[in-house]
Formats: sequence, C-alpha cells, structure tokens
Amino acid sequence: MNDPVIAKGTLWTVIILLGLGSFGLRFVFLGLIGNRPMPDWVMRHLRYTAVAVLPGLVAPLVVWPTATDGVLDIPRLAAALTTLAVGYTTKNVLAAIFGGAAMLYLLLWALG
Amino acid sequence: MTVTTTESAYWKGVRDGAPFILVVAPFALLFGVVATETGLNVWETLAFSVVVIAGAAQFTALQLMQENAPTVIVLASALAVNLRMAMYSASLTPHLGATPIWQRALAAYVMVDQSYACSILAYERNQQWTPAQKMAFYFGAVTPVIPVWYAMTVVGALIGSAMPAGLALDFAVPITFIAMIAPALRTVAHIAAALASVILALLFAFVPFNLGLIIAGIGGMMVGAQVELWMSRRMPA
Repeated sequence: MNDPVIAKGTLWTVIILLGLGSFGLRFVFLGLIGNRPMPDWVMRHLRYTAVAVLPGLVAPLVVWPTATDGVLDIPRLAAALTTLAVGYTTKNVLAAIFGGAAMLYLLLWALG
Repeated sequence: MTVTTTESAYWKGVRDGAPFILVVAPFALLFGVVATETGLNVWETLAFSVVVIAGAAQFTALQLMQENAPTVIVLASALAVNLRMAMYSASLTPHLGATPIWQRALAAYVMVDQSYACSILAYERNQQWTPAQKMAFYFGAVTPVIPVWYAMTVVGALIGSAMPAGLALDFAVPITFIAMIAPALRTVAHIAAALASVILALLFAFVPFNLGLIIAGIGGMMVGAQVELWMSRRMPA
C-alpha cells in the first residue's frame, strides 16, 4: 500500500450513502413493510448474499496480491488457505485470523 | 419461570450480549488500523464506523475505493454484503413490529449480526415476552457492543498511524474476510455459492469498473439458491 489516495469527496459520498443504504436495508421490514412474508425465491437468494460476494472480493486479492504487483505469492496463498481451513474446522473467526496471520509471518520470515 | 419486567429483560440482554465484545473489539480495531493505512484520518475512520456500523461492508467499501472502483460499484458491492440485514429485519418484524416507530428505527440503526442472533434465540426461548420486553432485551444486547465498536475503531486508527511498514498489512483484509466466510460455509449450497463466486471473480477480473465482482456476486447467489433447491428435492424434509 504505497501512498494510497482516496479522494475526500468520494470517501464522504460513500460513507453517507452506504450509511443511508445500510439503514434502509435494516429498516425496510421492521419499519415499513411490516409482517408480510417475502416470496420464497427472494429469501432463498438472500441467504447466499454474503458467501456469494465476499469470496469474489477476496479471490483476486489472494491470487494477484497488490503488494507483490500481482505476482502469486507463496506466503499469502498459504496464509489464505490456512485461514480458510482453521475457520472451516473451528467455526471461530478469531482463531482463523490468528492462524492465517501466523502462517503469513512464518513464511514471510522463512522465505525472507 | 420468574416474572420478567421490561427492566429485567434489558439487563438479561446486556448479559447475553456482553460476550460479543470479544468478537466486535478486534474487528473494530482492525478496521481502524486498515482504514488509516488506506489514508483515512481518525475522524473519517470513526465517522465510517458510526454511520455504517457494519464491519464486512466497511472493509468491502474501503478495499474497492482503494482500487479506484467507481462509487456506484463500491456502494452496490458493500450494500450487497449488507443484504443479510434485510433478512434479519424481516425475521425480527413479527417480534418487534408492534413497538413504537422511533424504537424500531433505533433498533434498525444498531442492528448487527450478534444482536440479531442472540435476540432471535432469546425470543424463541421466551415466547411469553411482550413486544416491549423483547425490544428491551434487544437494546440490552447491543448496549455492550456498540460503544466498543466506536471506541475500538478510534483505538485502531490511532495505533494504525503508528504501525511500522513491513507488517504485510495489505493482507489483513483478505485474511479477515476469509475468516468470516469460512464458518459461514455451513451447507453444500453455501460452499457452491462461494466457489462459484471465486471462479467468476477470477474469470471476469478483466471486466472494467470492478463489475466482475457484481457478476460473481449475482452468479454466486444464483448457484447457492439453485443448489439449495436440488438438495431439498433429493432429501425432502
């Protein structure tokens, strides 16, 4: 992350609109729609939003890390796989973060 | 069964919500650190956490802004990550729908994964609670968590500007996200959705304006929903 720049105007636009949008999503049923049930197919798609968006965001960061100018990097790949394995087996988010970070630092140190 | 007053429901919520401090504090800290690494100052970082209160969406927005993605894509992606809040909202409505509108608005503002999860479980255990007691429990459950979310963001932002280079903090975001995704891979459908998302994101990485992520998100949702249908047909409940 060398000197990353986010324009201030963009930043505040995102903060405010994301805040309004997030509030809208949280308020939509509780405040406005009331107790009407949603169609099954909508609920079925909503169940997978998080697991459908986040992996797509992460995959390019793992395969083409910015810190190595997009070259596949053994420590980062191993850290990602370790995080996944620990998180999947323990179901513990913090254990997964620490496991992945430990693998990253270990290999960065070992491969120097 | 002891008689529950509105006040005791509130304190019950505080007790049930308190352990989540251990989950929320490190996330807020990490967001503060990563945000300052990205060039945000302490006030901008705090404003982000106060206005949005959604770790995953905040990390998503930060990452995409750093990649200079168009604002529309930043918002669409971060809001997609937050779509689950609409599900929470829908499932809380039968319990809290009868409370005053200002309380429901406040409840919506402080809605986070942990407060939702522990409230909905408490409502299933205590079906005799009135809407007022349920709302009191809900506010109790968020009372320990939200101030910690704000405060630890600031601590992270203050530490972040003092962090030495060479800590490979570029990889804090991917590791955090993977750590959040992994425990959520509960069923074959969840795994299929995640896998489809990864493949589509890599295949469509060349598409400008980070639209590849939108394709991956929509594709992943469709795959997840479809696999769920297949599984339920194979194993009728």
